[in-house]
Amino acid sequence: MQFSPGSRVRTSVVDPPHHTRLPQYARGKHGTVVEREGQWALADVNCAGRGDAPVEPVYAVRFAARDLWGSGEHAVVLDLWASYLEAAS
Amino acid sequence: MSGDHDHSSDDVHHDTVLSRQVRAFETLLADRGVVSSVEIDSLLEVIERATPANGSHIAARAWLDGSFAERLLADANTAITELGLTMGEGPDVRRLRVVANTPQVHNVLVCTLCSCYPVSLLGPSPTWYKSEAYRSRIVREPVQVLAEFGLTLPAGTEIVVWDSSALTRYMVLPQRPPDSDDATEQELASLVTRNGLIGTAAL
Repeated sequence: MQFSPGSRVRTSVVDPPHHTRLPQYARGKHGTVVEREGQWALADVNCAGRGDAPVEPVYAVRFAARDLWGSGEHAVVLDLWASYLEAAS
Repeated sequence: MSGDHDHSSDDVHHDTVLSRQVRAFETLLADRGVVSSVEIDSLLEVIERATPANGSHIAARAWLDGSFAERLLADANTAITELGLTMGEGPDVRRLRVVANTPQVHNVLVCTLCSCYPVSLLGPSPTWYKSEAYRSRIVREPVQVLAEFGLTLPAGTEIVVWDSSALTRYMVLPQRPPDSDDATEQELASLVTRNGLIGTAAL
């Protein structure tokens, strides 16, 4: 799935049994796409030493501290592969 | 090889053992065609060139040249080549994104999953940057963590924490130091600190 700057997204809630780059604190959270960074091999597959990792867009996604932790006035931006994200309203 | 290691506290001896192990490892890698000594030498040269002086130079130029600053914020990988710098060395090319501090917004960097860091521009990362305490706390309570670094931001400043979880490396462009209107590029660069480029200090 492709997203544009300003798109609202929700991150995956899945806790995979392998390496992943979606930190636990940002799982199942709503955020806003800042920008598309480029496209890279999905780390979850690539880090297993497999050569068949899908190449996906990676997005900078901004989360309000309140949505991550329940409190706080700051924001956190994470770099997330497309397959960690789904569209949210 | 463990039999050669006598747990001596003699640093020189330890260095000798370690050097021998590294040389043996390097020879094996070369013999098996994994990596050549030429590749290792060129990587070592890259590491030697990697110091915070690079990041300081970028910041100083950005303060003096508004159009360079615009290019830097739009496409940092291309802009830094104007200063003879590159993110294209080392084992992988990294995307560079420079985030600018303003009176309204303060940026700070972290890698919560490991210790990703713009090594070619800032040199090896400080120990605290890799500590669990910093990595777990800066995303949760940046105001408190920054205060522990001695940085208290004016009330109402928005804090943005950049957690580099993929292939982008970030660098903070600090606000220009006060009373530096007449400073040359070199003088400005000398005012930049590593923590300023990470976002744990103001200048």
